[in-house]
Amino acid sequence: MTRKTKLPGSAHVSRRPVSRRTVLGGIGAAAGVAALGMPAVHTRAAEPLKVGVYGGYFKESFDQFIFPDFTAATGIEVQSVAEPTGEAWLVQLEQAARAGQAPADVNMMAVTPLLKGQQTELWMPLDESKITNLDKLLDQFVHRYPDGRLCGVGAVAWYITLVSNTDVIPDAPESWGDMWAEDKRDSLGLLALVTNSFLLEITAETFFGGQEILGSEEGILEVLGKLAEVKPNVKLWYRDEGQFQQALQTGEIPMGQYYHDVAGLAAADGYPVRSTFPKEGGVNDSGSWAVTKASQMADEAHVFIEYMCQPEIQAALSRNVGTAPTVRRDLLDLTEAEFAAVASDIPPIIPNYQMYLERGDWLEQQWIETITG
Amino acid sequence: MRTGKPRSLAEHAPLIYPALMLLVFFVIPFGIMLAVSFFQRVQGGFYEPSFTLDNYGRFLSAFFGNVLGFSLGLSALAAVICVGLAFPFTYLLTRLARRRQIAWLVFLLSVLSLSEVIVGFAWSTLLSRSAGISNLLVAVGLMAEPVSWSPGFAALLIGMCYLAFPYTVLLLYPSLVRLDRELVEAAMTMGASPLRAFFTVVVGAARNAILSGLILAFVFTLGIYLLPQLLGRPQHWTISVMITDQTIYQSNLPFGAAMAIFLMLVSLALIGLTLLLGRQKAAG
Repeated sequence: MTRKTKLPGSAHVSRRPVSRRTVLGGIGAAAGVAALGMPAVHTRAAEPLKVGVYGGYFKESFDQFIFPDFTAATGIEVQSVAEPTGEAWLVQLEQAARAGQAPADVNMMAVTPLLKGQQTELWMPLDESKITNLDKLLDQFVHRYPDGRLCGVGAVAWYITLVSNTDVIPDAPESWGDMWAEDKRDSLGLLALVTNSFLLEITAETFFGGQEILGSEEGILEVLGKLAEVKPNVKLWYRDEGQFQQALQTGEIPMGQYYHDVAGLAAADGYPVRSTFPKEGGVNDSGSWAVTKASQMADEAHVFIEYMCQPEIQAALSRNVGTAPTVRRDLLDLTEAEFAAVASDIPPIIPNYQMYLERGDWLEQQWIETITG
Repeated sequence: MRTGKPRSLAEHAPLIYPALMLLVFFVIPFGIMLAVSFFQRVQGGFYEPSFTLDNYGRFLSAFFGNVLGFSLGLSALAAVICVGLAFPFTYLLTRLARRRQIAWLVFLLSVLSLSEVIVGFAWSTLLSRSAGISNLLVAVGLMAEPVSWSPGFAALLIGMCYLAFPYTVLLLYPSLVRLDRELVEAAMTMGASPLRAFFTVVVGAARNAILSGLILAFVFTLGIYLLPQLLGRPQHWTISVMITDQTIYQSNLPFGAAMAIFLMLVSLALIGLTLLLGRQKAAG
């Protein structure tokens, strides 16, 4: 659910290595793209719009590349709020909303907490007539209440792919199934948590023809059984990305799952690393904008979400922050190379968020017993 | 320094400050944790105040029993290794010139400034195939080809001992430095070999310090939660790792708190047992 995998106690909480920041530093004001069509109808609001984004790398990038242009285009001041990791932010929003408070008006939420917030009607239903760019979004980034009211709009997306060390593994793998191969014994690095590795979805798509099997507990146990077969091949179950990236670059652990854009940066820095979209697809996780019902700035929040859904802004995010676009590719002016650096045309594996919502604790217990057993 | 019991308020005064600190920084947080361990977990919604034993109930399973058993065994082993290495080291240290003793102690103190993260990453590199110690052994001809020793049980044990070793030395140092050297000389004059004199006289005289060293290393390594993730495989994840997973990644504070309380009770019981055995041995 959280895409941040730093160990508690590590220096910074961003999921990206420091080198990424230095790359960004050189790009400078490249995000001058922005929204010429944006009507500056809003006079400067008395209070800034508070926007919650993941602390660390995301907040820094948005403060640098996105928010200043948004204010210039619309006259709405933005105050960015660093969200804590995990579901703590959802809890804070819930408690604050009960007291009529909004720690942030617009919030970047992982999909599972977004769905959890729906259960308590935490999110303000959004007015679709004010978000005309909505039809440009890919389907998986539009989130609605069961009765159809809009409550979440894709903010940023990213891919988890099959990565490998080119020195140790000369031929690029083609399928997630290659992780189960005999010759990969003790040579994989996989994410350690059920909620951020999405290995159940990967196993279901690779060996069970799709995710239908994850609809029942029996089915999930069957998939876990298949996943257990990969354990002898796993050298490292990592919680901290830094741990795996170092081992991948040296070839110590020559294969595994990792974040596509970060692996690409390592390759660009000259390390023998490649990121492959397997034929089953990369895992496409995302964060969505959602507005707490306690917000007093509904109008400004709609303007903000409309602004963020523009293809130009999504392209700017891809170029500067390394996120995958949430809008359809044909609307983007990204070059082949720019698009390939963050995404792929191969249909993605979408995480089974409903499963985490319905069976969270049970699933977590089965998972830990499977991988430690 | 007075020795009688304090009577007036003024005589109690020096105790107020430490008592207050203990209350604010230990008793109250511990009370909160105890309370939370009985709260009702709300999936995805944190917790609600109530009184339930579910959190303790979930812990009482074969799975967590195994994890607890492994954690206690690992820490006990680490404690024995630490004291086994630290005791002769400290004894030899106390026989050095004062100036060199200080240099060693400063070095050990500086090791304490390294965080668990740094120590974990450093050892995982040192024990790796691509950049590790085995490359040196290959270079001098002791090994045919470099191998990977991390992650694994030995790597984890080394990391834990590395972290706990300085503490153990610092705990043993005061009692060993005060040890009368003439005792050893006397034993040797009466015909004991140096080794025998060391084991019967030095070890015997420092029995209490050894016991405290064992307990300190045991408790200290029990709380280590990053090294098992960095240097261990999933079967080496300790109860402290499980507590971290529950509190940080699953937002399940009640279950995390219940595990922490359980761990504390079990380790207190073990320490009590150790002290009891130590006392009986001393008496008998």
